Amino acid sequence: MIRIIKAEWRKLRRPTLLLGTLGAVVFFSGLVSSLLFLLLDSPQGNGDRGVVITREMLSLPTGATQAFSSVGGLLGIIALCVFAAQTAQEYTYGTLRNILVRQPGRVRVLAGKLVAMKLFAILMVAISAVLSIGISFALAGGKNVSTELWFNGDGQAAIARTFINVLISVICFGIVGMVLGLLLRSPISAISIGVLWLLIIENIVGAVKSSTLNWLPGSQFSTIAAGGSESISYTHALSLSAAYVFVGSLIAVVLFTRRDVAN
Amino acid sequence: MQNLAISASDLSKKYDSGMAVAHANFEVPRGKVCGFVGPNGAGKTTTIRMLLGLISPTGGSAQILGESIDNPEKYLPRVGAMIEGPAFYPALSGAENLRVLATLGGFPQDRVQELLVKVGLGDRGKSKFKTYSLGMKQRLGIAAALLPNPELLILDEPTNGLDPEGIQEIRQLLRTLADNGTTVFVSSHLLSELELISDYLVMLRKGEVVFAGPIQELFLQQQPFILAQGTTTADLEKIVEIARADGHKGTIRDGVAHIEGPQEWAGVLNKKAFEAGITLTQLAPQLPNLEETFFEMTGEKK
Repeated sequence: MIRIIKAEWRKLRRPTLLLGTLGAVVFFSGLVSSLLFLLLDSPQGNGDRGVVITREMLSLPTGATQAFSSVGGLLGIIALCVFAAQTAQEYTYGTLRNILVRQPGRVRVLAGKLVAMKLFAILMVAISAVLSIGISFALAGGKNVSTELWFNGDGQAAIARTFINVLISVICFGIVGMVLGLLLRSPISAISIGVLWLLIIENIVGAVKSSTLNWLPGSQFSTIAAGGSESISYTHALSLSAAYVFVGSLIAVVLFTRRDVAN
Repeated sequence: MQNLAISASDLSKKYDSGMAVAHANFEVPRGKVCGFVGPNGAGKTTTIRMLLGLISPTGGSAQILGESIDNPEKYLPRVGAMIEGPAFYPALSGAENLRVLATLGGFPQDRVQELLVKVGLGDRGKSKFKTYSLGMKQRLGIAAALLPNPELLILDEPTNGLDPEGIQEIRQLLRTLADNGTTVFVSSHLLSELELISDYLVMLRKGEVVFAGPIQELFLQQQPFILAQGTTTADLEKIVEIARADGHKGTIRDGVAHIEGPQEWAGVLNKKAFEAGITLTQLAPQLPNLEETFFEMTGEKK
């Protein structure tokens, strides 16, 4: 298992993928954090989908992580793309046959790949956390937002809690990407279908019938990152996400272990 | 069984479109080079994939290095393989691609450079795989197959894209490996190359094994012939007449008389041609080569 993780990490750390992904993480984390503070008094709102996050809310112990939790959904999309591409490329390049000749235990291969990608997700989330909180702290003074409570005991607990929530959310998005990669065996198809579903179809379905958002996977994953929302409780989102991930993983394992490697 | 590297018994694979491999029975002894030939679509790659645990047989069984193909983890650490051309990550260098596989298999990382040198890529290991020529990709594939220092090396078309010098190098490499005890199971369309290095041969046609055994045995099953040439075209016709009169089939092809008959009859032909006033400029008893035998046995057109 360790050997599979190390081998997968060799692929994940290649400069184009690593720098490209971390560049996207830095860009979105910087953008969301900056807009949260720069649009603080804007009547159009400064949060996700026009939500107004006030100076008072930002002064709470959870203020440091407001931007970080908002960027969680975008980190999830990035993770979906990376996990999907890393999985599906083994089919398009034909490298899966090399892997399975060297490591015939298919469940072990799948688990090793997943662990390596989870480590990659931890790196992404950690960088985003440092950057989001750092930018928030730097901009707070200029916008008269008090940071007094941000790093006390409650503040630190909020940072730890948000980190874990964002990480769970990102991994859930990533596993969906991995399942799509295994199902479709093409990075382009897996990424486009995944992104299309999460960014467009779920939003359209949700706009037509808002109650569906209580059940759609992307909505649950984003809710976990936010630590719960007004319409979806954290527990509901977590348990439903666990069910989605379990079913997805089961499909992935069955497909991966039983399907002939014929390309 | 201990002396066999590969043993297949009624090995079959059926797809919706039909039988890709039908009841294949063959054995490959250890330490030999075994050619694996057949026309396109004969089932060679499917057979190789079944032997490597990549696809499941729908019938029969096989053993590799004494282990059932149902448990590939028991024998694959001792097997090197390149299946259907080299497959690597384009954005990684040749060396990094090999390191990924060495890490996966738990092989020493210092084997990577050693193998790159061995296959003639010592100075291109740091270049990205996507910048490699077809021949270089093929060499990298062979290096990857050699990573485990294999007891059994399975290569699917290893000389594709190689120049004549490269083909010769690979031929020598495979021969050396076999001389050092590695069993080499190699499929190729270059039948003349296979003939030079193979001790054994497995021949497939439409998913069925039409021959499996020592290559000399295959040639002995074939009709030997004698090539004869005179000074004029009329001489050729007379040579064929002499052969027919003695009960041997004869034809004229490309300015040479092809007479079916054993080596011993060449002396008789020489004497009879001399008596008929023909000066033979060529008299060569021959066995059919692999290419001719292949076309005859597989029903393929030359």
